[in-house]
Amino acid sequence: MQRIGYVILYIALALVALFQVFPIIWLFMFSLKDNQEIFSGSPFALPAEFRWENYVTVWEGGIGGYFWNSIWITGVAIILTVLFASMATFAITRMQWKWNKLVLGLFMVGLMIPIHSSIIPLFNMFLNVNLIDNPWSIVITYTAYNLPITIMILLGFYYTLPREIEEAAIIDGCSIHRMFFRIILPMTTPIMSTTVIINMIYNWNEFVFVNTFISSDEYKTLTVGIQNFIGQYMTDWGAIGATLIISFLPILLAFLFFSNKVVEGISSSAVKG
Amino acid sequence: MNKVMSNKWVITIYILPALLLVGVLIFIPLLLSGYYGLMDWNGISAMEFIGLENYITAIQDVKFWESAWHSLLLALFSTLSLVGYLAISVILASRIKGSDLLRKIYLVPMLLSSVAIAQLWIKVFNPTNGMLNSVLMTIGFENPPAWLAEPSIVLFAIFVPILWQYAGFYILIYYAALKNIPETIIEAARIDGATPLQIAFRIKVPLIMTVIKVTIVLAIVGSLKYFDLIYVMTGGGPNGASEVMASYMYKLAFSSNDFGYGSAIGFLLLIITLIVTIIIRKATATKEEIQY
Repeated sequence: MQRIGYVILYIALALVALFQVFPIIWLFMFSLKDNQEIFSGSPFALPAEFRWENYVTVWEGGIGGYFWNSIWITGVAIILTVLFASMATFAITRMQWKWNKLVLGLFMVGLMIPIHSSIIPLFNMFLNVNLIDNPWSIVITYTAYNLPITIMILLGFYYTLPREIEEAAIIDGCSIHRMFFRIILPMTTPIMSTTVIINMIYNWNEFVFVNTFISSDEYKTLTVGIQNFIGQYMTDWGAIGATLIISFLPILLAFLFFSNKVVEGISSSAVKG
Repeated sequence: MNKVMSNKWVITIYILPALLLVGVLIFIPLLLSGYYGLMDWNGISAMEFIGLENYITAIQDVKFWESAWHSLLLALFSTLSLVGYLAISVILASRIKGSDLLRKIYLVPMLLSSVAIAQLWIKVFNPTNGMLNSVLMTIGFENPPAWLAEPSIVLFAIFVPILWQYAGFYILIYYAALKNIPETIIEAARIDGATPLQIAFRIKVPLIMTVIKVTIVLAIVGSLKYFDLIYVMTGGGPNGASEVMASYMYKLAFSSNDFGYGSAIGFLLLIITLIVTIIIRKATATKEEIQY
């Protein structure tokens, strides 16, 4: 009796898993087909011939440029976010001053706000300082909007660092900057890598800011780029599929190699709200 | 030691970059949004102060209330779907082999961008060649609907990819919480003769109530400000049938150039989100946290 129960449970869990991944497998399969095969064949059939040329076509057709923009914007924003968040968390948790709780509260309020409520004034601000259609507006926006969640993830780790480390460093005549950059920061590597992963997913997939602040094709990132690109290739399903798979690949690779970090990062972002 | 660790200059240097960015790019725009809401402004020419007119227009604007209703439906739907996620997590956390792999598989859609999810599901829902209708036609439905073009269906069709996107996220959270319950409690109940169902409903679920409340807030607030996927998939159409608050606001500002009115809606969105968060927090607040 109990065994039958377990079999049913496994089937249920497997069905959910199938529902979760099948659309992506289907996407991958049609990215290797041509329209004729997609429209006449079964959606579940393997490609008769693997048309990798779909990938070459879209890469050379403009996706390559968007890809590099996504990489450098995501990368620079991650570095700035993690550095500034680590510095702020250090000051809040390790240093003694009156307003640290208030400042921390301010960052935590930043977790709750809907970005759409600030996007019109932000647009106007960038317009006034000539940062509209400039990729740096995206970099600093990503940095600002990811700071609260990054600080929140770092916070717990910083609280648990033993005081003795700082005492020993100071007695040895170490300056505070040297202590932070040479001792504290390296010690937080495990938690920093979690924040890097979570920032990477957010930045790589972000759409609204780029869609609003960037109008030139040369500065667009993948999310907005593929949106335009698909407009051009609207009828070629294979090309659309290849475009979507390319845009997903870096995150998928990160997930395959660091799945535990991804899981940890996503669950810690849950406390947000 | 204390002298070094309370050096005001050092503290300022360390806190300032983060504080400036968050202050200038998050908090000031939020306040400005309320202020711009008091203006008649097309984004280019000078602003003209019109008092509360935009807010009064919003209250009488049928389209705004329709979009608010759609956001509310999404919130309701997301909250109800939590029950399903909870059930899956309870099963997953009860000594199932391969549960680690399964919850990672469930998480995969969460890693896709909203644009990719939208484009993928536009294809799934494609009336003639999409996966869904291909299957439906093979098993005998002759005229399956054009899911995204039908005003009465479109909103519910869009709920499916949203559910698909977030399922793994909530399962992950519940799973982690359930795994945190000490095995001794479950063991004690089992010895006392509790059935697996009793253990699930009477012990496990009540013990993770705090986490469940957090997810309710997340699901509702997340739904109220939901935007990307709907904007890309249908643009709020056909004829406003899938418009939500954020997409309505975005269109007002960046398609109709009505920046003043758009800001007012954006500010209302902020107020509604904050009020709803506070209400749910209050409504679900317990006097004492469960100890174990």
